[in-house]
Amino acid sequence: MSIPITLTVNGIPRTVALEDPRVTLLDLLRERLDLTGSKKGCDRGQCGACTVLLDGRRVNACLALAVSHDGAHVTTIEGLARDGELHPVQAAFIAHDGFQCGFCTPGQIVSAVGLIQEGQAGDDPERIREGMSGNLCRCGAYAGITEAVATAHAAMAGASGLPGGYLREDAA
Amino acid sequence: MNRFDYVRAGSVAEAIAAGAEPGAAYLAAGTNLVDLMKGGIARPERIVDITRLPDLDRIERLPDGATRIGALVRNSDLAHDPDFARSYPAVAEALLAGASAQLRNAATAAGNVLQRTRCQYFYDVASACNKRAPGSGCEAIGGVTRAHAVLGWSAHCIATNPSDFAVPLAALDAVVEIEGSAGRREVALEAFHRLPGDAPERETALEAGELVVALRLPPEAAGFAAHARYLKVRERTSYAFALVSAAVALRMEGSRIAEARIALGGVALKPWRCREAEAALADREATPEAFRATAEAALAGAEPSGDNAFKIELARRIVVRGLTLARAGTPERVPALPASPFAGAHHA
Ligand SMILES: Cc1cc2nc3c(=O)[nH]c(=O)nc-3n(C[C@H](O)[C@H](O)[C@H](O)COP(=O)(O)OP(=O)(O)OC[C@H]3O[C@@H](n4cnc5c(N)ncnc54)[C@H](O)[C@@H]3O)c2cc1C
Ligand code: SF4
Ligand code: FES
Ligand code: FES
Repeated sequence: MSIPITLTVNGIPRTVALEDPRVTLLDLLRERLDLTGSKKGCDRGQCGACTVLLDGRRVNACLALAVSHDGAHVTTIEGLARDGELHPVQAAFIAHDGFQCGFCTPGQIVSAVGLIQEGQAGDDPERIREGMSGNLCRCGAYAGITEAVATAHAAMAGASGLPGGYLREDAA
Repeated sequence: MNRFDYVRAGSVAEAIAAGAEPGAAYLAAGTNLVDLMKGGIARPERIVDITRLPDLDRIERLPDGATRIGALVRNSDLAHDPDFARSYPAVAEALLAGASAQLRNAATAAGNVLQRTRCQYFYDVASACNKRAPGSGCEAIGGVTRAHAVLGWSAHCIATNPSDFAVPLAALDAVVEIEGSAGRREVALEAFHRLPGDAPERETALEAGELVVALRLPPEAAGFAAHARYLKVRERTSYAFALVSAAVALRMEGSRIAEARIALGGVALKPWRCREAEAALADREATPEAFRATAEAALAGAEPSGDNAFKIELARRIVVRGLTLARAGTPERVPALPASPFAGAHHA
């Protein structure tokens, strides 16, 4: 039984006939659509290397069954630059040396784009570290990553509005 | 991963009909189920995808003041809903202390409560495990048991329940709304997860094919909003399961405690409600002595199931700290490190 599904990937509608419902979103992107920027680190939700934006929200593509997301919009690392211009988060990772080997980097960058859009972290380094804790870096480039996210957040200021997470009526 | 048939349910009735077939499993975000299938621990023959079911993704305030959380509300949407977080701050903090931002963006409310144990022998299909393979034995007993239970365990299983979300839900008397072929019914969250006894493979009150449609917080749950915390001790500050956690909520009248709620996580195969300890605090002054006595009472029946006696004293101290922080008042904003007992301490 072949199951046809359509995803809009980096703005382009793509229809794929799945021969088997076991295909994850990560394998679909990498093996069927040749988008190998999203990495397979653990394949079990533990490292964040596979992070993509699914309908605008960062998720682990390795634990999402592709068939369940028929009709969704997906943004991968390949879809962030516009007209040859790097996304501000990409530029900030270069400026701050936010990587060493680069394996975790696509996931880090997409996750940072998601974090900034969620508007919970602001430029507080502690909140940035917590908000990025789903992305492990074996090279330990965390100091540069945190700086890069803070810089990109400032460059994109206004995109996310006020930081959220208030628990009391009288606050905020 | 084994082969399976895929069914996308368009209505609750369709889901229940498909879910009642032998070998069927419901799929929400799949962050637990797909992981277990990749490891060969779960081997469903049929996957019933419930993510398209209408109306289950809503947070509703009911006329009587209760709040109904649809089964498909995403963990992050619930935690960041401003009204929800202000009314139930310990629930928001527990959600934000669980997993990672990516996982919370996907994970659903019901999926979180129904996630299965993280016992490493349950995950290792080469190990004997009464929960995964009934009657095969329990390799955890006598093994590496740092993370295992100190309350409510049996000679058949010493695992813990990993959900953070379920802990404040138990403290606040949440109710699970269930739909099945025999109709609708409700079970108190406190009675929803089963202790292992001699049948650790029976994990919840759900019968085959039953679907959780919502979790409901009763009207009085919002009465604890001014003095509520969730604390979680883990091996690292973020993105790790609890060794021990506690949800603590107080209703204060001046310096006196009118009512206390305490539930523990990481200590048993269910969120552990400490009713006797709570009762002893009612109508008492909130003093350090009263808090220590409460902590002793909360862990009165605890016994190590292996190399985990440390959890008992750790849990007592987390109860005292939780009570102290709850007494001081709910913070304005979720702390930068949610639920961390080290929040505010200096990090090098
Ligand atoms: C690396 C990692 C770290 C994590 N850390 C934490 C943590 O610190 N704290 C924590 O609490 N959790 C943690 N989690 C677990 C995570 O919270 C759960 O995986 C998630 O909440 C499950 O939700 P889901 O929608 O993906 O459920 P699914 O995986 O889709 O389903 C889970 C189970 O529930 C059943 N199910 C789902 N919905 C229903 C329904 N409506 N009715 C009946 N049955 C249903 C499914 O059949 C399945 O058995 C972690 C997970 C990972 C991978
Ligand atoms: S503790 Fe429970 S889940 Fe772990 S191996 Fe023993 S029976 Fe299985
Ligand atoms: S590859 Fe998906 S989280 Fe590691
Ligand atoms: S740069 Fe090497 S893993 Fe992060």
